[in-house]
Amino acid sequence: MKNFAEMFRRLDRTTKTNAKVDALADYLQQVDDEDKLWTVALLSHRRPRRTVNSKLLRAWASELSGIDPWILEESYHVVGDLAETIALILPPPEQDYDHTLTHWIEYIQRFADYDEEGKKEAVQEAWRGLDTTERYLFNKLITGNFRVGVSQKLMTRALSRATGIEETNLAHRLMGNWTPNDTTFEELIHSESATDDISRPYPFYLAYQLEQPAEQLGDPADWQAEHKWDGIRGQVIVRDDEVFVWSRGEELVTDKYPEYHVLASAIPNGTVIDGEILPFRDGQPLGFNVLQTRIGRKTVSKKLLKDAPVILMCYDLLEYEGRDIRQLPMAGRRELLERLLEDNPTGGVLQLSPVFAFSDWDDLAAERETAREKFSEGIMLKRLDSAYKQGRKKGDWWKWKVDPLTIDAVMMYAQRGHGRRANLYTDFTFGVWDGDQLVPFTKAYSGLTDQEFNKITAWVRRNTVERFGPVRSVKPKQVFEIGFEGIRKSSRHKSGVALRFPRMLRWRQDKPAAEANTKDDLEALLEAYGG
Amino acid sequence: MPLLTFNDCGIYCERADVYIDPWKPVDRALITHGHADHSRWGNKYYLCTRAAAPVIRYRLGDIKQETVEYGEVRTINGVKFSFHPAGHIIGSAQIRVEYQGEIWVASGDYKLEDDGLCQPYEPVRCHHFITESTFGLPVYRWTPQEEVMADINDWWRQTASEGRTAILTGYALGKAQRLLNGLDPSIGRIFTHGAIENTNEVIRAQGFSLPETTRVTREINKKEYPGSIVVATPGAIGQPWVKKFGNASIGAASGWMTLRGARRRRGADRGFVLSDHCDWPSLLEAIDLTGAENIYVTHGYTAIFSKYLREQGLNAVELHTEYEGELAEIESKGSEETEKENAAADAD
Repeated sequence: MKNFAEMFRRLDRTTKTNAKVDALADYLQQVDDEDKLWTVALLSHRRPRRTVNSKLLRAWASELSGIDPWILEESYHVVGDLAETIALILPPPEQDYDHTLTHWIEYIQRFADYDEEGKKEAVQEAWRGLDTTERYLFNKLITGNFRVGVSQKLMTRALSRATGIEETNLAHRLMGNWTPNDTTFEELIHSESATDDISRPYPFYLAYQLEQPAEQLGDPADWQAEHKWDGIRGQVIVRDDEVFVWSRGEELVTDKYPEYHVLASAIPNGTVIDGEILPFRDGQPLGFNVLQTRIGRKTVSKKLLKDAPVILMCYDLLEYEGRDIRQLPMAGRRELLERLLEDNPTGGVLQLSPVFAFSDWDDLAAERETAREKFSEGIMLKRLDSAYKQGRKKGDWWKWKVDPLTIDAVMMYAQRGHGRRANLYTDFTFGVWDGDQLVPFTKAYSGLTDQEFNKITAWVRRNTVERFGPVRSVKPKQVFEIGFEGIRKSSRHKSGVALRFPRMLRWRQDKPAAEANTKDDLEALLEAYGG
Repeated sequence: MPLLTFNDCGIYCERADVYIDPWKPVDRALITHGHADHSRWGNKYYLCTRAAAPVIRYRLGDIKQETVEYGEVRTINGVKFSFHPAGHIIGSAQIRVEYQGEIWVASGDYKLEDDGLCQPYEPVRCHHFITESTFGLPVYRWTPQEEVMADINDWWRQTASEGRTAILTGYALGKAQRLLNGLDPSIGRIFTHGAIENTNEVIRAQGFSLPETTRVTREINKKEYPGSIVVATPGAIGQPWVKKFGNASIGAASGWMTLRGARRRRGADRGFVLSDHCDWPSLLEAIDLTGAENIYVTHGYTAIFSKYLREQGLNAVELHTEYEGELAEIESKGSEETEKENAAADAD
């Protein structure tokens, strides 16, 4: 754990990618294969199962430190991270344990067999012999939300440097359904046949938002344009008469979407399709809120299947007749995809994402304007000669989203942020006018620069009206332009509406609060786009 | 009428008609120390310790100022005032106020650890104690200065061995001199930001010895910086001023560096936890040493800290003041202080 903690400190000190890769690669060269495997697992979101809930952890930390629960809670609001709060309030260590990362993970995994008292003793015992950083990491491992600002891509690069294996090969080998409990570092990384695991998906190719005018992309004839459908990006794999469905978050979701099970027999083995898991009925996509009723449900009732049926809107073909065809040009893959769907009827479970014929960018811009009505988020642009790359890359693929809906709202409440933004006021509740009253309708916590957050924090401190625990009500003075992707009726929200991806587009320091939008304006948007 | 009250201008003693650290101009001000939030411009008369006087005069210009020695008693209309070491910065004091056997202490800013430079903190027994709570949460616990300075020197040595410049930030008054005092001059040359060097000159003239420093000026060849350390104000980071140091490593020395979020937001490569304020255990120790039953909690985590003290059986109340503690080291605000610092750097 000491090397791991030192590596973490190095990572944490820098925002420079190269320095992070250095820290990680150095570390990977120092530790044994078991620790390497666990490190790779942790950094690719394969964490040990959570065996202790945070409520118990709080209670045990409070007991060991003699700090009352309420003051621990207040500290947590300031620090913005429970694992860190606990690491800091515990008394200085009495001993100095020096064990490997794997030792500690196995230590934690054994908690599953302990009763509550046993877990408490084990956790407090560990705390007594770890320093602040080690405690923090230990707590992160227990609570299962281990994040260190290292992307999978960066980790893969470091691993490539440490092992001498090419990055793209590694990326593919690290995908799929493995955990450190069922493989070894040797097997995972050095196994020659990466296809051993038939469920193994390909890394997704992701696009950046188009920032420049579309005209600058050159000749429209070089580009394919289609809808950016508003569902969940997914990958469907058919191999050995089995079907596997992966979501973009690298989560295996086969069981959640039984609609796709028919594909095991309907589609030839050795097929991998990239598409959008989309709620769909009568030839029409349904809103994203319909899909939301299925996310997170493990068991799917008949009613749910009837109310929120899904299809796969197919974008791309990655494996055809058992061959990895990602290096073929987009146009060639598309042709094979069309042929595949034509030759293998699936009863509408697989649908081909239509492409637009367009001869100039203005035509396409007009199409984009109407996207929201079609439950599309905008347009995807793909160069016809592009290979299917991995990760988020600029150049060949762009998403060209519709402009967000906007409303000018008044800040009503402020709360401190978490993590990097702890101790700054970054989480705000906004309201619109209903007569001379403000009605809260959304929260937002992103979109401002660090400098703006500093400024608004100072303002909040000086303009607090009341405090409710960590939340402060503030004078209704500051107007923000709130952008969002969608709006719908909601009985769970007091205002009666729920927004999708609300964020602060601009701080309207030029605008007096009285000129912010009204509840009527909000309802007009609901009427127009609330589908 | 209590001996000390709190009004719009500051901490007020009606019987003697004097204020302690007022934030609006008043006729007579008793000043705990020279930081801008305690020692403000515009009062008609200032009383402070002899050791605090030069810096206050340097910062505020032509003021009517009188000084006292630590422990010396001034009686005003029967009220006895005396200044006692607060251990915060050079010349800093807790102000003891006594009338007919009732004793109050306004502690300003203070720390318990002896930093080897300023007069170490001395507890003063009292009935009423006015305390800050800048770091009044149990997550704040300092490591001894010696260890922190060893870390800082290790970092400088490492940076120097890579042929780079180390930039270390701290307040111009107090923190900067404390850092200078702990740096190991055998590693390399020590440069200083203009605002810090101006303060150094005042402090050296008082007879304090600091290691040899060189003021950063336009005339210095940029090639002289690699391998050396530059002690700068927090406000200088992110300004064009730092460009001349090229590929530098930035270290920030502040109590706020305890928290990961603050470290990362600061944009420093290294955060060193070093504060001129009390951590949680020493706040509690200090309060205990005063023997006071009535505690008035000023700047910092006032609500939380005073609630905690009440639970310990003390009569603690939260006060709203305009003192800022170490806030300037965490908030990048366009404060007068920062602007002055930048002006000092530009004047190089």
